[in-house]
Amino acid sequence: MKILNKKTIFNIAVMLLAYVLVFVLINSGILSRQYKSLIVPICVNIMLAVSLNLVTGFLGELSLGHAGFMSIGAYTSALISINTSFLPPALSFFIAVVCGCILAAVFGFLIGVPVLRLRGDYLAIVTLAFGEIIKSVINYLNFTGGSKGLSKIPLYSDYNNFTVVFIIMVICIVLISNLINSRDGRAIKSIRDNDIAAESIGIKISKYKVSAFVIAAGFAGLAGSLYAHNVGIIKPNIFDYNKSIEILVFVVLGGMGNIPGSIISAIILTVLPEFLRGADNLRMLLYAIVLILMMIFNNSKFKANLSLNKTFRKLGKED
Amino acid sequence: MLECKNLGIQFGGLKAVDNFNLNIEKGMLYGLIGPNGAGKTTVFNLLTGVYKPTGGTIRLDGNLINGKTPTQINNMGIARTFQNIRLFSNMSVLDNVKVALHEKVKYPLLTSMTHMFGFSKKEKEMDALALEILDVFSLGSKKDVLSGNLPYGEQRKLEIARALATSPSLLLLDEPAAGMNPNETEELMETIRKIRDMYNLTILLIEHDMKLVAGICEKLTVLNFGTELASGTPSEVLNNSDVITAYLGE
Repeated sequence: MKILNKKTIFNIAVMLLAYVLVFVLINSGILSRQYKSLIVPICVNIMLAVSLNLVTGFLGELSLGHAGFMSIGAYTSALISINTSFLPPALSFFIAVVCGCILAAVFGFLIGVPVLRLRGDYLAIVTLAFGEIIKSVINYLNFTGGSKGLSKIPLYSDYNNFTVVFIIMVICIVLISNLINSRDGRAIKSIRDNDIAAESIGIKISKYKVSAFVIAAGFAGLAGSLYAHNVGIIKPNIFDYNKSIEILVFVVLGGMGNIPGSIISAIILTVLPEFLRGADNLRMLLYAIVLILMMIFNNSKFKANLSLNKTFRKLGKED
Repeated sequence: MLECKNLGIQFGGLKAVDNFNLNIEKGMLYGLIGPNGAGKTTVFNLLTGVYKPTGGTIRLDGNLINGKTPTQINNMGIARTFQNIRLFSNMSVLDNVKVALHEKVKYPLLTSMTHMFGFSKKEKEMDALALEILDVFSLGSKKDVLSGNLPYGEQRKLEIARALATSPSLLLLDEPAAGMNPNETEELMETIRKIRDMYNLTILLIEHDMKLVAGICEKLTVLNFGTELASGTPSEVLNNSDVITAYLGE
């Protein structure tokens, strides 16, 4: 119990430190406008990465439709806050964000129930398709502005309102990491490790698969609504499969089932393209090279650990 | 308490198990033996709902269980271990048992996500129950080790511990002593007897180790080519000429 407390205190300290640091950076004028405008996208990407990690890292299912849920949150909240401008901004924003989150979760449920019967590659392809279907439908509908998208969304969550965004992000991270270390989280992890054994001890597999998927979708919707109120303009094309894969890259790079890893990789990979602005044409190339290098590094470290374990075992046997 | 009548399963043209009858009384330690490929594990998979029988009935305390899912069957009181160990290898030893306590100690999703509203009380309750079971298998001191890093014998024990945590009335053990040395097997026999008395269990086990089978089982059924060859007390069965032929040839 004591160790747990220390860990909690450490986490709170890190969060506070991060908050103070960013707050000072924004208000002291050290950061240029360009970098200031990255702060909310970083938070949004962290939320996306952490929520996808619940499905990919902890449930062990590959989902390539996360941007679809993000777009549902973004569009729902944007439409609500545009049409409720008569309300006080705080209330309008609150309603918009909550509805964005809930609607994305509802779609997560509707898609998750049929789709989660599939496994592995099949699930990945079907979620990819669903993400694209959501995009196409948004593109087709009139009230979403079609391919022009929505504009003049009130900027309730830009970097001037950093505190609100930060609090929402922290809540999202805390809720998900709490979930992982609980009864329901253990059930989710047991399905990842061995679904046949999980069934044999009475875990309701489909229930937990769907709930992990729904929770992740809900938080993706939340992240999407923060995104919409940061940029002010949203178009269906932003939420295509490239975005889904970008989120997946955060998760894989940070380590499957590793929440601090997801946070760090989301920060690095959001800032990295901005640093590489100078080499605009080579940007995606460099990005890819960095990814490949990090994967190789991750893998070799993993292998080194394994062989180290083996040597220890051998040493132990000789004793 | 467990009654199989004319149980059978067919994979295409192959009758893996055919016309199989089994009657286990409460509190019994029952052995299921037979040469390789006789269909022993298939019987386990039928009993736990992994396979759906193509014929016959299985009743647990009079309730029909064929056609139910593994999850439902576990909730009705049958727990099992696996021949090829299936632990949750990326989870700690303690967590492996705590997952199995899932139905026993419950709290809502909101509590899971907030870690409030009685979370620590329930978790402590789970910890205590899990440790109690782990101590029976002297795994208490290894509770924080990743279960995949345990030595083989202890992984087998942990599987039994995990199955026990679902508080079953019938425990199915699929080759519990596979890969163990004679000392470990001896110790395991003691533990199996102990848990049967402690938890009022009925145990059905598959085993190749004749010493273990003859040592602890009160009744045996021998399976060969998916059909029952003989049943009875260990001394009766092991001296049966058909059984000797099946194992050693003519």
